[in-house]
Amino acid sequence: MGRARYLCLVLGVAAQLPLLPDAISAQEASKPRTFSTGYVFAETSGEELFANICQGCHMQDAMGATGAGTYPSLASNSYLQSSGYPVHVVVHGRRAMPPFGDMLSDDQIAAVVNYVRTHFGNNFRDAVTAGDVKDARR
Amino acid sequence: MRDKAQMVRRRDLLSLIGAMAGSSAMYHAMTSLGFAAESRYEGRIKLEGDPRGASVLILGAGLAGMTAALELRNAGYSVRVLEFNARPGGRNWTLRGGDRFVELGGLTQACEFEEGLYINPGPWRIPYHHRALLDYCRRLNVALEPFIQLNHNAYLHSSRAFGGRPQRIRAVQADFRGSISELLAKVTRQGKLDEAVTSEDQEILLQALRSWGALDRDYRYNANLISSESRGYAKAPGGGLSAAPTPSDPVVLSDILKSRLWRYLQNFANYNFQTTMFQPVGGMDMIGKAFAKELADVITYNAKVTGIAQNDGGVTVSFVDTTTPARRWTATADWCVCTIPLSILSQLPVQVSDATKAAIDAVPYSGSVKIGLQFKRRFWEEDEAIYGGISYTDMPIRQIAYPNTGFNRSGRAVLLGAYLFDGANAYEFTAMPPAERVARAVEFGAAIHPQYRDDFECGIAVAWHRVPFTLGCSGDWSDEARTQHYRNLCQIDGRIVLAGEHASALPAWQEGAVLSALDAVLRLHERVVRT
Repeated sequence: MGRARYLCLVLGVAAQLPLLPDAISAQEASKPRTFSTGYVFAETSGEELFANICQGCHMQDAMGATGAGTYPSLASNSYLQSSGYPVHVVVHGRRAMPPFGDMLSDDQIAAVVNYVRTHFGNNFRDAVTAGDVKDARR
Repeated sequence: MRDKAQMVRRRDLLSLIGAMAGSSAMYHAMTSLGFAAESRYEGRIKLEGDPRGASVLILGAGLAGMTAALELRNAGYSVRVLEFNARPGGRNWTLRGGDRFVELGGLTQACEFEEGLYINPGPWRIPYHHRALLDYCRRLNVALEPFIQLNHNAYLHSSRAFGGRPQRIRAVQADFRGSISELLAKVTRQGKLDEAVTSEDQEILLQALRSWGALDRDYRYNANLISSESRGYAKAPGGGLSAAPTPSDPVVLSDILKSRLWRYLQNFANYNFQTTMFQPVGGMDMIGKAFAKELADVITYNAKVTGIAQNDGGVTVSFVDTTTPARRWTATADWCVCTIPLSILSQLPVQVSDATKAAIDAVPYSGSVKIGLQFKRRFWEEDEAIYGGISYTDMPIRQIAYPNTGFNRSGRAVLLGAYLFDGANAYEFTAMPPAERVARAVEFGAAIHPQYRDDFECGIAVAWHRVPFTLGCSGDWSDEARTQHYRNLCQIDGRIVLAGEHASALPAWQEGAVLSALDAVLRLHERVVRT
């Protein structure tokens, strides 16, 4: 009982401070995170591009998810073996997946494709170049 | 997506036309640019002729599916509806205190709003010209109230202009209009419009600019009581000894132009957003619930469709009950109206022609995020005199929309703390865990309303790419895909016809879903009574 009251008092004091009332939420919002300022993405590294775009649907572990339909898993995915396929899908989209060709540069697309092809149980070492992406735009 | 960049430029142009020439000029410009797609509703449909006991299986109990079910049943068909969710409505959806929402990936949010408070994660406003939807609201006794799109006392905010201080819409609009009127009056009086405007019309134009732009007798837009009548006063008119008003200082044109705040004015001029707009009293899902009440005996919930087959004799749909998914079920009918979003339908084995299949595969689904935030009090009303409407910002949250109901009450209220549609930020917010989406919305919103820091209580965030029953917000047709595939998507394919906002020229609007369903059942019925 005494302990519970003490906690309430502490929380009551915390709420007076010019902070978000929910301490966990305050932590969530204080982590550094890139926000793009226009229609195109500002992120540059493959890791950050994956974390800020791809994982929205394919999830943090790249395992995808299923509801009425499915977001395919990118983990240990043999479709990624041929590098041209993921490049084409990111540039032009596929079925419901939106095309990202106009929202990402050649370098960004190369970076994120290379990241996915070398993580999540994928180990395809033939790196994609910006030139490959440029060719795929045609 | 390339045409999206063009669209933004076209919209900038439209907002300028709207601001300079008024909404009627803007309407004509929009019509010629293909923006003002009007609802074609011509009143309640008549399905004449005897369907002779024909049966129709309808996939999806959203507004399209339930419109089709209602009309076909009234015309004498035997109908059955399969719905993935445990509730009717689909994207016609409201989250209230006590609701839980599990998004794709499994993260669960408990909505902790006070009783009676809600957000509409999907559609939230109904234009007056969406006549079909309004007619169903009337027929189904769904009470409506105004949705306030333009509140002159809400804000336009740029993090890179005016020191980050939000500006009242009233003042930005008046100053932009006043400055442009002053410029136009100046060139008119310098004779620079002599070739384009007759001298008689120039006289009238000058009168109009003075009236419309709140110019003084010298055609100047200045700090005086004339301009203050539009943009607001430094000290408003009062009573007694200190009654006299004091004029406020207009912002100069260069500052308005560089702030880019003018770009938000299109949100008040656009045909889709002109007053009067409506919302159902108590939440958007009142519409879906009202449809479902009529159709209670024909809707099967928790039915996840796994395949659609057809032959000369009819349609067979396989599905699982999501509460006991091990067992497979089939349903058969003479015909099928399929309103499953293309994001899902494109993944299913569907027995249709190559052309229809190509159309189903041709439409990406856009991202959108809405975040509802509950506060201890209506500080936007109490402190800032903002009663309903929307503030627009260049921050990633894009909008803060105030509740259009319960005005002037004390106690808690919920506002929409973010509404992102398309663009990079929608993806960035979708990729966050829900708790972070809420926290970020509070953090950004506090730049406009510092009261957030003391008064925020709880929130809920819906990212549409994470919504299990749609995998996206709405069909995002490119112009090329629409030219190539749209007619094929809408054609009756054997015994199957598609309907939904994706099969309309009003993408992402409920009116599009309803009109597509009406068009589909009209054509289907014609085929049934003819054969």
